[in-house]
Amino acid sequence: MRLGRRKSRNRLVWVLCIVALALLVIPVVSILVGVAGRGLAHFRLSFLTTYPTGNVGGLLNSIEGTLVVTTGVLVLAGIIGVAGGVYLAEYCGDNGGQILRGASEVLAGIPSIVLGYVGYIALVLSLDWKYSLYAGIIVLSVLVVPYITKTTEVALRNVPTSYREGGEALGMRTGYLLRKLVLRPALPGIATGLIIAAAIAVGETAPLLLTLGYNEKSPTFSLHNSPSGFLTYNVFNDYNQPSAFLHQRADAAALILIVFVLVLIVVARVIVMMTQRNSPDRAQHAGKGPR
Amino acid sequence: MSAPWRTVAADAEDAEDERRGTEDGPLLSLQTRFSAPSPADAQPVDVSRDGARRGGGGSDAGGGAGGGGGQDDGGPHAPIRATAWWRAERLLPHGLRIITFIPLVALALILGVLSWKAWPAIRFNGFGFFTRTPWSVGNTYAPIVTTNGIRHPPLASYGALPLIIGTLASAAIALVLAVPVAVGTALIVVEKLPPRLSSAVGFCLEVLAGVPSVVFGLWGFFTLGPFLSHDVAPLWADHIPDVPVLRFFRGPTGGGEGLFTVGVVLAIMILPIIAATTRDLLRQVPRATVEGALALGMTDSEALGAVTVPWVRSGVIGASVLGLGRALGETIAVAMVSGSLIGANVHSLYSSFNTIAAAIVNQLDGAQTDASGLAISTLAELGLVLFVITMIANLGARLLVRRVATTALPVGRGI
Repeated sequence: MRLGRRKSRNRLVWVLCIVALALLVIPVVSILVGVAGRGLAHFRLSFLTTYPTGNVGGLLNSIEGTLVVTTGVLVLAGIIGVAGGVYLAEYCGDNGGQILRGASEVLAGIPSIVLGYVGYIALVLSLDWKYSLYAGIIVLSVLVVPYITKTTEVALRNVPTSYREGGEALGMRTGYLLRKLVLRPALPGIATGLIIAAAIAVGETAPLLLTLGYNEKSPTFSLHNSPSGFLTYNVFNDYNQPSAFLHQRADAAALILIVFVLVLIVVARVIVMMTQRNSPDRAQHAGKGPR
Repeated sequence: MSAPWRTVAADAEDAEDERRGTEDGPLLSLQTRFSAPSPADAQPVDVSRDGARRGGGGSDAGGGAGGGGGQDDGGPHAPIRATAWWRAERLLPHGLRIITFIPLVALALILGVLSWKAWPAIRFNGFGFFTRTPWSVGNTYAPIVTTNGIRHPPLASYGALPLIIGTLASAAIALVLAVPVAVGTALIVVEKLPPRLSSAVGFCLEVLAGVPSVVFGLWGFFTLGPFLSHDVAPLWADHIPDVPVLRFFRGPTGGGEGLFTVGVVLAIMILPIIAATTRDLLRQVPRATVEGALALGMTDSEALGAVTVPWVRSGVIGASVLGLGRALGETIAVAMVSGSLIGANVHSLYSSFNTIAAAIVNQLDGAQTDASGLAISTLAELGLVLFVITMIANLGARLLVRRVATTALPVGRGI
């Protein structure tokens, strides 16, 4: 009797867990199927190949803008983030780095809209850049630098200390050791961090609304007054407009965004899988000899 | 594994040449190193990673002139190249340190700019900003008037109470809905599912973390909102008694834009943070202890309660508060499904409302028409309030859990 009650309670717990799993998986499927279905239903090739004029035309300006901004963020935030991560992991003691890590963590916790608004006040209004490509890139870079720093630092710390000790025992200089022995095994981790950054840059809306504005033409690269289109703008601005065509274009923009993000996720997964396959640990665990 | 070892050794020999600046062959240089290092060449080599900074180092520059093996271009003698690398590498730590301080400087600038811009609004709005309800830019066509030295349009009056309540309420709903689902999912993924399936669930989490918030907003507006207001909320909304507290959950369920829909959307958005962290914590629970509990005759779920859950509890709380931080700051998805009510309090679970973050985006166009700049300034004050609220949440997470085990989920903000 008592055992029976315990057994049924056990079953109840696991049933609840299955329900929880379903509650997580169903929205994912619904989002992917819903966005893909709506986007594909009225997809036209002209969305990918033409510039918009007024309420007609395609998304080419936004696709170009998103790619340019993402590239800019990867360059700017990549340099700052990777350099910061290398410094925190290799050159700076645990105590000395505490304040820098704390700053990075606080920065990661700031809502993107606050960063965007500061960018709007400081760059767009006070420095009088107007809506500017560089204002958008700078704000998004501030947004993603903490992630790149963190992943770089973690990746470097996961490189076994014996590598460094071996190198130093052989008399290598620190910089040389870093370049030849430490950075190489950490590259997959650093690449994953950059992919996170790219995914965030592709998907952010609010900071770009405030700093990048919108423009129907290709992005120009001047510092002042160079607004640019970006894909999330097309979704946010057009989903509620009284025009069936604009709805279709917003759905198509959402579909392109999802495709971008899925590609980035798959690339990250492939990187992780390839690293695991090549690592000596795994070869030993699987019982295979070294190649 | 022999090939990598050989390269490492060869690299090391070249490095040794480069360091000493001799033109000796590798073998000879090895011999000299072991026999009698001259004081000038003896460099302090710290084995510990943290002692990597070298003091002084004046002897390096002189030795570089002789040149050694230019490692990267393959040629054995490339003196100029080697010297250039040398100099660059000695400057490297300093350059890296300067770059590392950029986030710190950025943080100070952000706080400084925000406070500087918000100052006129803080003086104009006073403490009533937190207790008033109405929100009005004022009459922007009338001439600007001055009160207490602050220029503002007549009738301007700002109250952030509904926005603060909306922000906290929507984030609280999200947390209440997300934590049980995330923990349940993590439990079944770690304890029961075969590796292939748990990898599939992991992919779902990555997708959820990576989907842009506009897409969540679009989905919430077209799919989730109508579904909740037509098929889910009516299940209980009509049957709840009309008593003071429960009244909030009563009433017409509307068309899908409102507090309830936003809460569910935010819950789905913060699920991956909590679920992935919990999953990775559960994988660290010592197997032997769980097996001991099972050997004592406990059922699976009793072992969970006795061993596993206490083990991961603090980490789950920390991850939940991190998720709360993201829910508090989410902007675009909220702006798309909240109904953007401004200047009035939320009166039922299904009514339109607004959050601080969404209000900044909604109100910017209106604020730009205010020539006195007070509206822009007030939005900066809102940003400052939001900053403080999220900072309290994040600091709370750190205080609750000394070391929140943040995991490397490939994509998503707020992880």
